[in-house]
Amino acid sequence: MTMLQIEDLHTYYGKIHAIKGVSLQVSEGQIVTLIGGNGAGKTTTLNTICGITPAQQGKIIFDGVDISKLPPHEVVMRGIVQSPEGRKIFTRLTVRENLEMGAFTRRDTPRIPVDLEYVFERFPRLKERAKQLGGTLSGGEQQMLAMGRALMARPRLLLLDEPSMGLAPLMVQEIFSVIDYLNKNNHTTILLVEQNASMALAIADQAYVLQSGYITHSGTGAALQQDPTVIAAYLGG
Amino acid sequence: MASAAQNPPSKGLIGGLMERFRNDPVQIVLYLCGGIVFAVMLLAIVSNLLSGQVTLEDIVQSMIFGLAQGSIYALIALGYTLVYGVLLMINFAHGEVFMAGAYIAFFAIYAMEQSGFLAQQPLLALLITIGVGMIASISIAVLLERIAYRPLRNAPRLVPLITAIGASIVIRELFIRLFGARPRTYPEVSLFAFPQFFRLECSVVDGVETCLGIDLIRGAYDITLLGMELRVRPVYFIVFILALILMAMLWFVVQRTKVGRAMRAVAEDKKTAALMGVNVDRVIVITFVLGAALAGAAAVLFALYNQRVMPEMGFTPGIKAFTAAVLGGIGNVPGAMAGGLLLGIIESVAPSMLGLPTQLEGVISFGVLVLILIFRPTGIFGEVLAKKRA
Repeated sequence: MTMLQIEDLHTYYGKIHAIKGVSLQVSEGQIVTLIGGNGAGKTTTLNTICGITPAQQGKIIFDGVDISKLPPHEVVMRGIVQSPEGRKIFTRLTVRENLEMGAFTRRDTPRIPVDLEYVFERFPRLKERAKQLGGTLSGGEQQMLAMGRALMARPRLLLLDEPSMGLAPLMVQEIFSVIDYLNKNNHTTILLVEQNASMALAIADQAYVLQSGYITHSGTGAALQQDPTVIAAYLGG
Repeated sequence: MASAAQNPPSKGLIGGLMERFRNDPVQIVLYLCGGIVFAVMLLAIVSNLLSGQVTLEDIVQSMIFGLAQGSIYALIALGYTLVYGVLLMINFAHGEVFMAGAYIAFFAIYAMEQSGFLAQQPLLALLITIGVGMIASISIAVLLERIAYRPLRNAPRLVPLITAIGASIVIRELFIRLFGARPRTYPEVSLFAFPQFFRLECSVVDGVETCLGIDLIRGAYDITLLGMELRVRPVYFIVFILALILMAMLWFVVQRTKVGRAMRAVAEDKKTAALMGVNVDRVIVITFVLGAALAGAAAVLFALYNQRVMPEMGFTPGIKAFTAAVLGGIGNVPGAMAGGLLLGIIESVAPSMLGLPTQLEGVISFGVLVLILIFRPTGIFGEVLAKKRA
């Protein structure tokens, strides 16, 4: 069942036409990935969905309702949460407060401590540092915190922007296993933006390739892994 | 902030200073000037104390007054610092927000005096007056944010700053046109308390002695403490204690509630806070409301011991509270509290200690500002903040 449907989306950054008619679909329960080079418009697409850089034209239909005109916090209330590029944890809030910020819009208050316990179990480092300020964490720990925060949000649709950027290979493995867990156990639908195209395609049900603001390829993750032009451009083939 | 991060603490004070001088030789001149000012001040204090021109009594007495005045500055300074923390903007109309609280509350307390309610239920009447002052300040601040600042949210930073100065003038002139420029005098209030401890204002009726206790608002009492003969007004302590309670409440809201957490998140990164589902505009309004509530309460307390209120009364306390906020480190909540109290005490103690006329208190507060900016541009709590941010 289609959860998110984007139709002919156009977004401008000032005078720069960043997204030039993107259409894509995310079905409930899927992991969908959006790959592409620097400046292809991946982050802009996510920010447009979230209402941070509103669309000039086009529709964003979530659960059958057009959300393209909603302010960011109302998009979150409907169940779409973005874990932004560059982690963006709150450096002056404690680790625990950062995780609580993730659960900001949740109304099922009694379940929040259960999820907090799960995050601490999954990332024991965060439990050790629960009272430390977010800014004192290392890069890897900050990414754990960003993932933990996304976990705490329990969104219906999670938008992940470059979660593996700048991380050691072992840490990248860990992040991808958390993504898989979120999808399988929490039934979170995921739209994943990645530069690490091979890992992203391996995990994805559906994939789209974005280039200079246009979708150039789309198909199942497995199909795109076989596509010669995709291999040449993004898989270092 | 960056310089604090670059200088590891191991270098010590001298090493740090040497490096600062090497990077910027102008600093040597500044430090020299500052040092001379400090030395002259110290000399004046010592000679005044030795010659007996200033007594310890004077100093303690002005310190008590300074505590009350400083509490007022601290409460106003919190409004500057909260808004700065969230919007990186100096709300120069905050002094007028303070004025509006005292001025509008005047009508409430005046009406209660005329009806006799003030004499019958002074405590309740005072609480109502404070409530009215807070609501008045909050209303002005919310309108200010909505009309003057929100449309400029994405404008260059200088634009809202100029708007704030303009808004300050508009509000002041509006009050002058509406209510006149002449000062109005708060009615005399007596609030008696603690008859068990203070057997004052006693009267004997049918052979039974009943006492009212001390007058917390109007009273002034001669007491002897540690050999010093002091004339003490309880109202100064009341102002200080109420300010402490209000500041504790603010601290609780900012540090321990969901709204406070959202405020701190918005202060650090608006976009990410929005992605977490925080309604950024709402949090900004709440920030203005909190600051204005403190200013409104401070305004009524200020009016209780100063008695005169007028549309121009907001300017000086406003600008001094801004000084206090810078003194403590702008954007830093404990800094504003400490900076306010410190400035209040300095400006009331320093004139008598230096043997200067009290009219020079303004020179002293802004002199302190200049000294602080030379020696500690980040304010008293600036470095703590830098460490936390690192």
